[in-house]
Amino acid sequence: MIINFLFAAIKAGTPLLFGTSGEIMSEKSGNINLGVEGMMFMGAFMGFYAAYHTGSLALALLAAFAIGVFAALIYAVLTVSFMANQNVTGLTLTIFGTGVAKFFGEMMISKSGGSPKLSERFLASISEKPIPVLGDIPLLGKLLFSHNPLVYLSVIIAIICTIYMLKTRHGLNMRAVGENPGAADAAGVNVTLVKYVHILLGGGICALGGAYLSLINGGGIWNNSSVVNGQGWISVALVIFASWNPAKAIFGSLVFGAFSVLQFYVPKNIIVIPNAFYVMLPFIITTLVLIISSMRKSREGSQPAGCGVNYFREER
Amino acid sequence: MFKKLSSLALVAVMVLSLAACGTTDKGNATTTSGTKATDTPAPTQAAAEEASTGDSEATSGLFAPIAKEDIKVGVIHIGDPADGAGYTFAHDQGIIAMQQALSLSDDQIIRKNNVNDADAVAIRTAIEECIEEGSNIIFGTSWGYMDTMEELASEYPDIIFSHCSGYKSNGSNFNNYFGRIYQARYLSGIAAGLKTQSDKIGYVAAMGSDNSEVTGGINAFAMGVESVNPDAKVYVKVTNTWFDPTLEQQAAEALLDAGCDVIAQHADTTAPQLAAEKRGVWGIGYNSDMTKDAPKAHITAPVWNWGAYYTSAVKSVIDGSWDGSNYFGGMAEGLVELSPLSENAAEGTAEAIEAAKQKILDGFKVFEGNIVDNAGNQINQDGAFLSDADITGKMNWYYRNVVAE
Repeated sequence: MIINFLFAAIKAGTPLLFGTSGEIMSEKSGNINLGVEGMMFMGAFMGFYAAYHTGSLALALLAAFAIGVFAALIYAVLTVSFMANQNVTGLTLTIFGTGVAKFFGEMMISKSGGSPKLSERFLASISEKPIPVLGDIPLLGKLLFSHNPLVYLSVIIAIICTIYMLKTRHGLNMRAVGENPGAADAAGVNVTLVKYVHILLGGGICALGGAYLSLINGGGIWNNSSVVNGQGWISVALVIFASWNPAKAIFGSLVFGAFSVLQFYVPKNIIVIPNAFYVMLPFIITTLVLIISSMRKSREGSQPAGCGVNYFREER
Repeated sequence: MFKKLSSLALVAVMVLSLAACGTTDKGNATTTSGTKATDTPAPTQAAAEEASTGDSEATSGLFAPIAKEDIKVGVIHIGDPADGAGYTFAHDQGIIAMQQALSLSDDQIIRKNNVNDADAVAIRTAIEECIEEGSNIIFGTSWGYMDTMEELASEYPDIIFSHCSGYKSNGSNFNNYFGRIYQARYLSGIAAGLKTQSDKIGYVAAMGSDNSEVTGGINAFAMGVESVNPDAKVYVKVTNTWFDPTLEQQAAEALLDAGCDVIAQHADTTAPQLAAEKRGVWGIGYNSDMTKDAPKAHITAPVWNWGAYYTSAVKSVIDGSWDGSNYFGGMAEGLVELSPLSENAAEGTAEAIEAAKQKILDGFKVFEGNIVDNAGNQINQDGAFLSDADITGKMNWYYRNVVAE
């Protein structure tokens, strides 16, 4: 029972992990991109569309990543080059991405004459399979080594992002730009380039989360009305929970995933709590984390100082 | 003054509909008699007589006939018909069936999609747009449109408003329509009861026991299960939303984890069926035939044939016989039915369902005879049956083989 619950929690947390890792990349370079929801939606559509027509998982992920990069490019051009307000641009991207994805989604539905469904072969390629040997370990084998391939991909991406951010020179430059772009500029870092690269990268990773939702959660059928359904916004909240560290986001997404499925696994005849409470839980926890982290007053694990502020070289 | 008159007319219609149904019902009258009607019984009777004379005129109708070329039909959808399955799709199929049956052109149908039924401003805007574009009759397909439609019906007395699933109406230009889907759910329960090996049947429910429509559906389903398999239990998980594929999938997976091998649903998307298919077990869908979505899992689904109502309603507007009465159709009227059994059905299912269907058509009321809920309370005695008012409004208990944990 507990194993089943945790297994479901990991599945529910995976799209959040993609979204959070992507958003952390963007925010660490100093750009808060509230368009996660929109980018995920576009990724959900492109991933599904590519999978529907090619039947290849690699191409589906590539297409989703590419559309995420494209969506983030719109955001980057507007905020980095044209200095538009980051919050407004991000919100607009959410509305734009959702609309575009639904528009093309509806087109795909009417072309396929009903509900487009992925091929059997493709569904088999993303099904949950135990990894040989490791999958045979009792309990742990089911919990950790019997997932669909995208679950592992999300964890690998989160780990790579962490190592990149904290252990490499490029990662150091990116964090410098996020904290104080003026100082980084003086030190010879190309601020504009760094921002562009990481916003685009972040957008691509977010879009993979969308692809997860349409390919795995959708059960292989395109559902136009609510593929993403707020997961992008929860990812934005999760960034704070994870204190801008993708490695912590692995744990954080598991916690949030657990909250989202908790209501179906709690024995309702023993613990009687209204369902609305379970829906509230992730946001209560985020609020608590915000309060606690602001009380600690430590600089580590707080929002990058330059986040949300556009960089004018002339105003330095 | 108008309010008083309309409330009297309402009472009259209720009385008439009771007389027409021939039910020995007490619960129904209490809903309207509360404030205005009880103090003076005489006017009620007078109003009833008035209405009954109106009723004899009703063959000629309350409104003048409208030429078929001039009629425009407005439809307010909560979702998007393009989803290809589910609630809104089913309603839109009904609209299309009506359009074809009456051979109306495409520009005579005005659709407003994705109208949030909790947003009164959005509802009003959508309906007023329909009116501006010339609609003569407007169908609102979701529960939450009720109050706004009631207001607009008094503001636009020349336009007919027809509301699905609510309980309000004014006897002239505002009625409501719904159906006895529980009859079809009873039949689908037979298919599930015959199929299950583990004797555990999962049910993904949109709303909890406070919602009479959902709970009544579960009970009818559970009674169908029990009629062929007394050992089987029905396990219910509630999502608290009418439409959320992710939550519905998660609820279905929790049921599958608990050992259920047939997943039934009262939820709008195909997600529970797809979850069942993924695990290699079976499912009972809802709203539309989901065999095309989950061919390896889906057995059958209780489905609506809204076209039966839409066609008769629009036709009555065209020939001027619209009488403003409410519509509560069932299998006999062809409004609800079971989608064709797929090859996943157990042997003998078709015969068992056919027999039960005949029983229903012959007058079996599903909610009749000895009924005990899962807390041990006696709900109904032998020889009695639940009234329509009890079925639509007071079904807040679970049948004895239902486990809601």
